[in-house]
Amino acid sequence: MLIKTINAILTVLAGVGAALVLYWVLNKLVELLPGKWEDRVKPYFYIAPAFAAIALYLIYPAIQTVVYSFANADSTAWVGLKNYSALLGSHSFRQTLFNTVLWIVVVPAATIILGLAIAVLADRLKPGSEKLAKTTIFLPMAISAVGAGTIWRFIYATNPPNEPQLGLQNAIVTGLGHDPVNWLQLNTLHFNSFELMVILLWAQVGFAMVLLSAAIKGVPTETLEAARIDGASELQIFGRVIVPQIWGTVITVFITVTIGVMKIFDIVYVMTNGNFNTNVVGVEFFNQLFTNFNNGYAAAIVVMLMLAVLPIMIYQVRHFRADEAVR
Amino acid sequence: MSPTTPAATVAPGKARATSTSSRRSRRNQDTGGQGAANPLAKLTVLIVCLLWIVPTFGLLITSFRNRDDANSSGWWNVFTSPSSLSRLTFDSYHEVWTKAKLGDAFINSFAIALPATFIPVLIAAFAAYAFAFMRFPGRDVLFILIVSLLVVPNYVALVPLLKIYGDFHLTGTFPAVWLAHIGFGMSLAIYIFRNYMSTLPKELIESAKIDGASHFTTFWRLIIPMSVPALASFAIFQFLWVWNDLLVALVFIGTGDNQPITIAVKQLIGQQGQGWQLVTAGGFISMIVPIIVFLSLQRFFVRGLTAGSVKG
Repeated sequence: MLIKTINAILTVLAGVGAALVLYWVLNKLVELLPGKWEDRVKPYFYIAPAFAAIALYLIYPAIQTVVYSFANADSTAWVGLKNYSALLGSHSFRQTLFNTVLWIVVVPAATIILGLAIAVLADRLKPGSEKLAKTTIFLPMAISAVGAGTIWRFIYATNPPNEPQLGLQNAIVTGLGHDPVNWLQLNTLHFNSFELMVILLWAQVGFAMVLLSAAIKGVPTETLEAARIDGASELQIFGRVIVPQIWGTVITVFITVTIGVMKIFDIVYVMTNGNFNTNVVGVEFFNQLFTNFNNGYAAAIVVMLMLAVLPIMIYQVRHFRADEAVR
Repeated sequence: MSPTTPAATVAPGKARATSTSSRRSRRNQDTGGQGAANPLAKLTVLIVCLLWIVPTFGLLITSFRNRDDANSSGWWNVFTSPSSLSRLTFDSYHEVWTKAKLGDAFINSFAIALPATFIPVLIAAFAAYAFAFMRFPGRDVLFILIVSLLVVPNYVALVPLLKIYGDFHLTGTFPAVWLAHIGFGMSLAIYIFRNYMSTLPKELIESAKIDGASHFTTFWRLIIPMSVPALASFAIFQFLWVWNDLLVALVFIGTGDNQPITIAVKQLIGQQGQGWQLVTAGGFISMIVPIIVFLSLQRFFVRGLTAGSVKG
């Protein structure tokens, strides 16, 4: 244990030290150049390591993945569009896509609604209790999906009838005199997928709440006052005065959550590994790569994901340009 | 004239009194909504908070129960049968820490998360400085590239990188995950830092230049200290993200001597024969660091998040 710890500390220091030395050396190198060239070249030296990281870890792999998606399982021969047609033609993959769409439709909207509701309600408490309530709801954000998986097992766990139930939901159900339900295998109307979504909501509603609450507090009091003088009800004030003014934040949260949900992996992987028809694209990708060792399928799945993200990317860039123009 | 003087002095006082009372009534309206809504709002928030905390509470209780109790009855029985209170124990923590090697995994998680947090902050801060304060051809195009990469899922990197790592025998080592997290966190970090730095007063940098400070000095002495809110909020986010990450660790490290705590706990879940008390103790060990980081640094985190959102 001691040796392990010392080793770990040395590794950390070496890694961090290497990064610091890199910049020191880069800076010394540029300063060797004659004055005018120093100023011209320096910006590129400052951004070079960042772009090296981005090029190696995003741009090159993105191109390579597109290439692999047209090749066979071990990337040794071209197969054309066969990976795509095989995936889209299989019933199980279409189910996987459907589940993913279900997540995309439900989770971002539910996150916004719950986050907004809690933000508005907590805003009416005394500052002390408001802070406590917000911390309680924000806290699961610090918990990993693996941790959340262990936590939620005690909600969804199932034992045979006549045995004591360890899961809270089944304790309630059997307490009311019914037979225990195998929650995670209950696929009627994709019920089990919704149960997994509840875990994600539990984990990230706090994030939405914090951002939305800050935005609500930023709404100028004069506008609320004016609406009240005009005789608007609280509900009208919320819908017509507050919501339009925090719309930018709502969109930001919505996009952030949507992107997170599109590539949801760990909660499903830990809870069901995609079994019982709860599979999503992220888990399918992982299993194609590491259970079936099929690079072609895995790459094709990622390419589809990239295509799905493209509209959001375009929106982001446009939004950024509009913002910069105002600045 | 004399009688008007007290009136004149009273008048502002009166005006102030009425203005404070009106402000107070306004605040009452703000916080209380429509009077009766207040207890209802309180009750709703209380119920929501209970719903949010109960699952975690159940985990904590289970981790302190002995093997028989944890596997034969629900955790809430601790409250219904007081005799089981005397059987609460730390044994499971001891057992997972040593026998299930969670202690090693715990240290590995630090060895992974600290450099994977610090290095991208450093690299991104330099790049953000260049984007915010230096003029060079291609600057705007390159920054648009950063913005567009914000949403690219990191899945794209996994297949090609596994091949590269295989060629360089990097798979299974700490630098393999450091580099991956540096690459994946980079565009967000540059985006946040650059947006923050461009709100800093340009005159400060100009005057530093006139005083003969180089960019390198200005960066370290002036910009880094002034950018602490943005740096801290990204660093906290990145630390939580790396510590809690399962996918990148599974792909580039896998199980074994260098596995982080998320993989170790996932293994425990897989071997449920070991019992719930061990799984829960392991789960709690994996959560304690991010929870401490989160609670102690929440202020920075929230400030950074909201600063970004107000702009975005």
